[in-house]
Amino acid sequence: MAAVGAEVDSGGELLPTLTDAKALGLTESEYALIREKQGRAPNQVELAMYSLLWSEHCAYKHSKKLLRTLPTEGEHVVMGPGENAGAVAVGDGLVCAFKVESHNHPSAVEPFQGAATGVGGILRDIFAIGARPIAVLDSLRFGEPDEGEGGARSRYLLEGAVSGIGHYGNSIGVPTVGGEVYFEDPYEQNCLVNAMALGLASEDRLVRSAAAGPGNLLVLFGAATGRDGIGGASVLASAELGEGDADKRPTVQVGDPFEEKKLLECSLELLERGLLVSLQDLGAAGLTSSASEMASKGEVGIDIDIACVPLREADMEPFEVMVSESQERMLCVIEPADLDAVLALCEKWEVAGAAIGRVTDGGRMRVLRGEEVLGDMPVRALVDDCPLYDLAPEKPSEPVYPAPRARLAGAVGAKDALLALLASPNLAGRRPLFERYDPVVQSRTVRRPEEADAAVLVLPAGGALAVSIDGNGRRVAADPYRGTVAAVLECAANLACVGAEPLGTTNNLNFGNPEKPHIAWQLSESVRGLGEACRALAAPIVGGNVSLYNEGASGPIYPTPVIGMVGLLPDARRAGRLGFLAEGDAIALVGPFSPSLDASELAKLRGCALPDGLPEIDLGAVVAALSEVRTAVRGGSLTSAHDIAEGGLAVALAECCLVGGVGASVALDGGAEEELFGEAPGGFLLSGPEAVLRALGERVAVRLLGRVGGSRLRIDLSDGDTLDVSLDELAQAHGALAAHFS
Amino acid sequence: MKFGVLRFPGSCDEVDALEAARRVADAELIWHGQRDLAGADAIVVPGGFSYGDYLRAGAIARFSPAMESVIAFARDGGLVLGICNGFQVLCEARLLPGALLGNANLHFTFGQVSLDVVEGDSAFTSECAVGRPLSIPCKHAWGRYHADEATLDAMRSRGQIVVRYAGGENFNGSLGDIAGVRSEAGNVMGLMPHPEHAVDELVGGSRDGLGIFESMRAAVEGAS
Repeated sequence: MAAVGAEVDSGGELLPTLTDAKALGLTESEYALIREKQGRAPNQVELAMYSLLWSEHCAYKHSKKLLRTLPTEGEHVVMGPGENAGAVAVGDGLVCAFKVESHNHPSAVEPFQGAATGVGGILRDIFAIGARPIAVLDSLRFGEPDEGEGGARSRYLLEGAVSGIGHYGNSIGVPTVGGEVYFEDPYEQNCLVNAMALGLASEDRLVRSAAAGPGNLLVLFGAATGRDGIGGASVLASAELGEGDADKRPTVQVGDPFEEKKLLECSLELLERGLLVSLQDLGAAGLTSSASEMASKGEVGIDIDIACVPLREADMEPFEVMVSESQERMLCVIEPADLDAVLALCEKWEVAGAAIGRVTDGGRMRVLRGEEVLGDMPVRALVDDCPLYDLAPEKPSEPVYPAPRARLAGAVGAKDALLALLASPNLAGRRPLFERYDPVVQSRTVRRPEEADAAVLVLPAGGALAVSIDGNGRRVAADPYRGTVAAVLECAANLACVGAEPLGTTNNLNFGNPEKPHIAWQLSESVRGLGEACRALAAPIVGGNVSLYNEGASGPIYPTPVIGMVGLLPDARRAGRLGFLAEGDAIALVGPFSPSLDASELAKLRGCALPDGLPEIDLGAVVAALSEVRTAVRGGSLTSAHDIAEGGLAVALAECCLVGGVGASVALDGGAEEELFGEAPGGFLLSGPEAVLRALGERVAVRLLGRVGGSRLRIDLSDGDTLDVSLDELAQAHGALAAHFS
Repeated sequence: MKFGVLRFPGSCDEVDALEAARRVADAELIWHGQRDLAGADAIVVPGGFSYGDYLRAGAIARFSPAMESVIAFARDGGLVLGICNGFQVLCEARLLPGALLGNANLHFTFGQVSLDVVEGDSAFTSECAVGRPLSIPCKHAWGRYHADEATLDAMRSRGQIVVRYAGGENFNGSLGDIAGVRSEAGNVMGLMPHPEHAVDELVGGSRDGLGIFESMRAAVEGAS
């Protein structure tokens, strides 16, 4: 017998209550609004679908208003935010599709599958718009790997995530061409795993996700639907991590790169043969979000008959079919006459395909089982009517993060500081990670990891794409606005060093719980910086993702906007390199570089608390310097170009020596710690003929520092001291990551 | 002269191999489900993960219709090159001796490796300069070559060990630093490194892989 006050539907079935709605992550007022939109209490299927589409992960309810302030238009933009991925024109009728996405919470619970399916998901976003995936990059954040129980957890997460990324990317034949990783205490409980993918397509082949043509069929193809990943979007992605997360392991999906490889080839061949009206991948919230969003964009309705969905387990509940996050599935709209041809192609690629519904003109999302109606909702209510919340930002009056543990005690000389920096987890060489990935498949990779500041991929006509991903959370924690501007400039600097001009930007905003005023402040300030920097660079945001509620028991992560930027250079053969190469080349420090130790790697090693704010950045001057460096690299007379980032000038010099396998001898006028190890945007280290560097000095600040040569790095300091270190010592320090990575 | 490059649903490097072969001759892809080898004069079994390789690398691919034809083609003396996963498939098909085991470091590993050509007069290396190491990308998780001592002795005496990793380059732990072997008759070769990724300085780090394809063309054209 039903409890007093419980509601039943017309068939006498007990309807879910407010308590059930809350358990699914909805608030009381959201549940009331759903009842109002439905004109009655939602049943179990409907409530499950609303709870997912109205989750933070799907509805962006705490970030959408901010995201609307970002620049999204520009001369190169072909597809902006809202589609599965953004796309920019790269010439000759080709477009580059790209996007970054996070898989943070799944990776914190099960790093191998979390990271693997993160790669799988972002690849599907790329081929869902008709582009062939050509590259993957990743952006990872873990706790410090070197001490105690936390260190062991960080090493476990690192090993699992890197193995998972390699497992998926290597197996599907898409090169992993770059990436970055930082280790900081605030990521210990809540690691970040962001993956970015790029694809290439003819502009006239792009496909959109809007469903169209009432009477057209909906075909689901790829893997069968199972119970994996039920509730991933609401349970994992839209709540803080805490005790008992091991119980959430079943909400993490399991990836199958072979299935995805077939799905990829099948999707592209369907498209090539003109058999698709629209295409959409199944990601978070599975069929529920894919079908509703296709209907919403096309301003049509959709009927789905769950009896037609190929299942992995026969006794799945209707709501489970609708919310399953089983991987490697795509949904397309086709004309009824093409059904046989579509299913024949699915058979060729050995992927299961089934017509599971049709497009209707009623504007309703209906879930059927044969003739029986299991759910009936207005598409607009599901997709567009989730309430958006205003943030209540407030700058925190107390520091949010404890000072990092000191690793460098007392006064140390410049040489010891340099070696300690090079050996620190954030700056040590990344080869132990990169050698787990295939960077060359598809024969486009002109600059592999470690060879240049950005990855470079040759295009058919001889030009090249360049791509970089970055985002230093500690600097954003010190100053959300300037830290984010600096992260965007860092990506642009990486592009400039290979000779590329930015075309567009993608971003993944990884933040804590936005309902807390100090997190809301971080988020608002960061988005302000993101918008301003992208406007200054004419590199609009073409897509991205937001990952909120990244908090563990010990507090929030550092606010971490991960920036991915894609650029173009006219001649792949002239792509810049980062290593010194030619004995006798002059070395110059180029750009408006005013380094400071605030929130620097050296300050971190010393255990300094984060400062309240970073020095001002002259955005115009840095953008002008980027342009000069880019032009100089394109000229083809420079030997190397490297931007000065974490660890400052001394670390940049050491990196140029290590990559090129040759020493250098330079003199600094000041030689104070700020000059050696301070950080700021706007500094570049260039090597080449002295006359070329002097000529550059007519347009941008150039300081000739010394010469390339020998097998030592020698820095003469103004006080008569010299920092003198052999390449072998530098290499030994720089190889420290191997010890943290099996 | 035409190369046929097999394409399994999980192949990854088949288009790279196709384009590399096209630098020296005609080439076309051959679908795994087809028995017709399209009149190819030489076959490349490419890298990748043929049918997912969740069982054992190459264990299923060797039963595919296309591979059945390739086995017959090889028995008739046709030239067959297996690269990486292709090498694994050819070992599973018993066209080559030995087997590829999991790397000694237990991980998928990428590196641009130096290779010594041991047999410079083979149908796969005649156009490679002997005495100068080849620089070629190498990438796999299952590339540790293994055969029993008696087999290895016989292979050595018959000149079946064609390519070895140069000193310090054997990251996978292969016995005798073996990177590539040929069949007793000399018309089938397996190679773990990827010559198709070293045909253009711009993206391959060298053009040293081109010699492998040029050698195959020379062998076919010399025989006709």
